[in-house]
Amino acid sequence: MVENNRWGNILAHTILIFGVALVVFPVYVAIIASTHPSGTFLRGTIPLLPGGEAWENYKTVMFEGRSRAGTPPISLMLWNSFVMAMAITIGKLSISLLSAFAIVYFRFPFRLFFFWIIFLTLMLPVEVRIVPTFQVVADLGMLNSFAGLSIPLIASATATFLFRQFFMTIPEEMLEASRVDGAGPFKFFKDILLPLSITNIAALFVIMFIYGWNQYLWPLLITTDPNYYTIVMGIQRMVTGGDSEPLWHLVMATVVLAALPPVLVILFMQRLFVKGLTETEK
Amino acid sequence: MASIKINNLGKVYAGDVRAVEDINLDIADGEFIVLVGPSGCGKSTLLRMIAGLETITEGDLFIGDKRVNGLEPAERDIAMVFQNYALYPHMTVYNNLAYGLKNRGFPKDEIEKRVQETAKMLEIEQFLDRKPRALSGGQRQRVAMGRALVREPAAFLLDEPLSNLDAKLRVQMRLEIKQLQRRLKTTSLYVTHDQLEAMTLGDRLVVLNQGNIEQVGSPIDVYNRPESLFVAEFIGSPSMNLFSQADLDGPTNENAAKHLPEGTDILGLRPDQLLFEAPDTPHIRLDCKVALYEPAGAESHLYLILNSNGQHVTMRVHGEPPVHEGGDISIYAPVSAVHPFNSTSGRRTD
Repeated sequence: MVENNRWGNILAHTILIFGVALVVFPVYVAIIASTHPSGTFLRGTIPLLPGGEAWENYKTVMFEGRSRAGTPPISLMLWNSFVMAMAITIGKLSISLLSAFAIVYFRFPFRLFFFWIIFLTLMLPVEVRIVPTFQVVADLGMLNSFAGLSIPLIASATATFLFRQFFMTIPEEMLEASRVDGAGPFKFFKDILLPLSITNIAALFVIMFIYGWNQYLWPLLITTDPNYYTIVMGIQRMVTGGDSEPLWHLVMATVVLAALPPVLVILFMQRLFVKGLTETEK
Repeated sequence: MASIKINNLGKVYAGDVRAVEDINLDIADGEFIVLVGPSGCGKSTLLRMIAGLETITEGDLFIGDKRVNGLEPAERDIAMVFQNYALYPHMTVYNNLAYGLKNRGFPKDEIEKRVQETAKMLEIEQFLDRKPRALSGGQRQRVAMGRALVREPAAFLLDEPLSNLDAKLRVQMRLEIKQLQRRLKTTSLYVTHDQLEAMTLGDRLVVLNQGNIEQVGSPIDVYNRPESLFVAEFIGSPSMNLFSQADLDGPTNENAAKHLPEGTDILGLRPDQLLFEAPDTPHIRLDCKVALYEPAGAESHLYLILNSNGQHVTMRVHGEPPVHEGGDISIYAPVSAVHPFNSTSGRRTD
């Protein structure tokens, strides 16, 4: 589509710029708001230029908190969120890689049946099965623990399905060549399949991490101990939990900090999967 | 290095589909065997059974003195070159070559030595730290060969290794493979559907059809004395002309028929065995129309149509023939040149 239409170009760019502004503006407001002192918001206007309290605000939310206003220090919550998101991501990736490997490369009874069972669970997101899952987790004594936060979210039909599809595109001769080369199933998995899947792993890592990081309902249900609160819950508690007006400048600082790790993960992983994309050749 | 002995080997897939039937073959140590046949004849299945990539459902397979039916490919001491090379795309050429040795627990310096030697032999030294995608088709083919050579196996199994190359490179690699095999004297099995490759490479040909061996023999024997109608048609290019006895009339041909073995009802004549002039000995006479003259340099092909039944006849001639397209012509062949067959059994009658 190479067209040299001046007005078309202008129109297209206008729409794009408008779209970008629409997405970026709230983020901008959050960042700006997090740099103002508390008084600014009581006047009912939202400032559009940075204030001078950035350092002070971020220090407060990270390490001091304002317990009276329902804001404990968020560094622990950030850590909890990170642990939970990483556990979910790594757990999901390992389990789905292994189950896809089993489904594609091994012949066992009811193989197709198991594949479809896994596939069917796609239709049952956490929210649908939340009550029985809660019961199970509670009976196992995993309330208020990292295990309880992450294990029920680890099984992933989506990732299993994606890896299955990817493995099926790898030519069968690759497996045969490695068998002739003396590699058993595990070596084949480790030396051939994993390196070839690195692009997919990186992409799924990003998706899964954000999925884990953004979990809200599940942590809210199973944690009553503030030591296991996650950051997404924390924001909600800041807004509704206190006795006084929410301290918007601190809420905004928290929001900005909460948005940061997924962004960092994307930046870091992006190099991996862009590299993977440009290097893959069949 | 080892001999390979194949006894009553058969492969039946689920649903009673027979891919390979009752194959018997003794391959001497150092021999270069070519399995040739049309697609679906079971040649690849047979090779993959020897490699251990397909299970053997009937019969026995010996490599050396050892029965290897139940062994994994890696335990059979064979190396295989695949049609699409199946190089590991994420590994450098060096690691592609070294992977099999690493898995077998060779010490590092031994691996290094062998990889370097192999790379030198195949002239791929300068590519050792590249990845396969940075190589051309011919270079990849060499790496695939190298991966087999570096292991110094008892036998090489090659599954149409040249079919992904362009015509020129194919000829070149064909020569190199032959020279390499002569030098290393490793027992080799080579699968191809290209009869030119088959003729030029093999010490012996095994012509397969529908899972059965049609004929085993040196390329020249197979060409000069095809044992069955299938081999007669399959080996040789352009392929052999086959005439039904009933379509050859006239006193000359009736006389010639007396000199043919009993039971002959199909007469085979290679395109280069047809003559413009009648020989003194008993001979066949074919009255034809010239359909097309196709000059190809040193030799030319003449496409004729037999008057009695409209059948196409191919004739190979040297120089310019005394014909013009659309003209009538009579061509001859001595009875001694005829390959006599029986259409019911499909076998040779002499």
